[in-house]
Amino acid sequence: MEVLIQIGGKEIFIPDTIVNVWFVAIVLIVFALVVNSKMKKAKLDEEPSNFQLILEVAVESIDNLVKTTMGEQNLGFAPYIFTLITFIMASNLSGLLGITAPTSDYSVTISLALITFVLSQYWNFKNSGGLLGYLKGYTEPMALLTPLNVIGDLANPISLSFRLFGNVMGGGIIMGLLYSALGYFAPIVTAPLHIYFDIFSGVLQSFIFTMLSMIFIGGKEA
Amino acid sequence: MLQGISNEAFVLGCSAIGAGIAMIAGLGPGIGQGIAAGKGAEAVGRQPEAQGDITRTMLLGQAVAETTGIYSLVIAIILLFVRPLLAGL
Repeated sequence: MEVLIQIGGKEIFIPDTIVNVWFVAIVLIVFALVVNSKMKKAKLDEEPSNFQLILEVAVESIDNLVKTTMGEQNLGFAPYIFTLITFIMASNLSGLLGITAPTSDYSVTISLALITFVLSQYWNFKNSGGLLGYLKGYTEPMALLTPLNVIGDLANPISLSFRLFGNVMGGGIIMGLLYSALGYFAPIVTAPLHIYFDIFSGVLQSFIFTMLSMIFIGGKEA
Repeated sequence: MLQGISNEAFVLGCSAIGAGIAMIAGLGPGIGQGIAAGKGAEAVGRQPEAQGDITRTMLLGQAVAETTGIYSLVIAIILLFVRPLLAGL
């Protein structure tokens, strides 16, 4: 579902993946608002509902993941990590609805990776104590390796974004080829492939993206 | 033999061949991921109670090892669908 906007004779083409990003974002925002209003009404002395229990397990497991990967003092990153994993997982799973997965657009994955990159650089800057300490971190373990350190840092968002993009895009291309080759008999063959490419690979890639984000953000200190 | 072929068709054909050759890089990550999975299975056999940690570490390492394969996939996709070489005609 593409959108074509015309402003003063200029045409702005918005591809369907970007529309799907809005779709996923709106669904997640509405879900978050519903959860928020429900959790505010929840009473502490009563037995929790099933819905609340599931959410508690999800939040707690992300908290534990952040604690074990980034350390107890970085628990403040848990909301960001949870948002990231929810958004990427919802994006990848939206391929099951028959729409193009938003993460098969490189602009989506590079923006997600750049958020992590800026956050990791800011955190590194803050923890290394001023500009001098931050720049000194690049000359470790010796000054000769500075270009290598800089390139290594700049390569992180690129590899992070290409990994997610390549996996989702490759799966989408294979599914598209099969659908166009097999015609009406496609659902017989593609159903197990949907399980692999959309569910298994999608959940795994969202987990790996967040895992590597945590390592990039929290790995510099210590 | 090449006389009946237009420049455009020649570039398109060579792009397709290049995409195929680029995907040979899929060999490396396949071998690497297989080795990682084998070592993971070994580790679980030796220490079954640490299965969760081992699986998580293995998947993370495999994802990082996959990067080169993904790069080749991206190059193949660009050659096939973006066709940057046609602009040079």
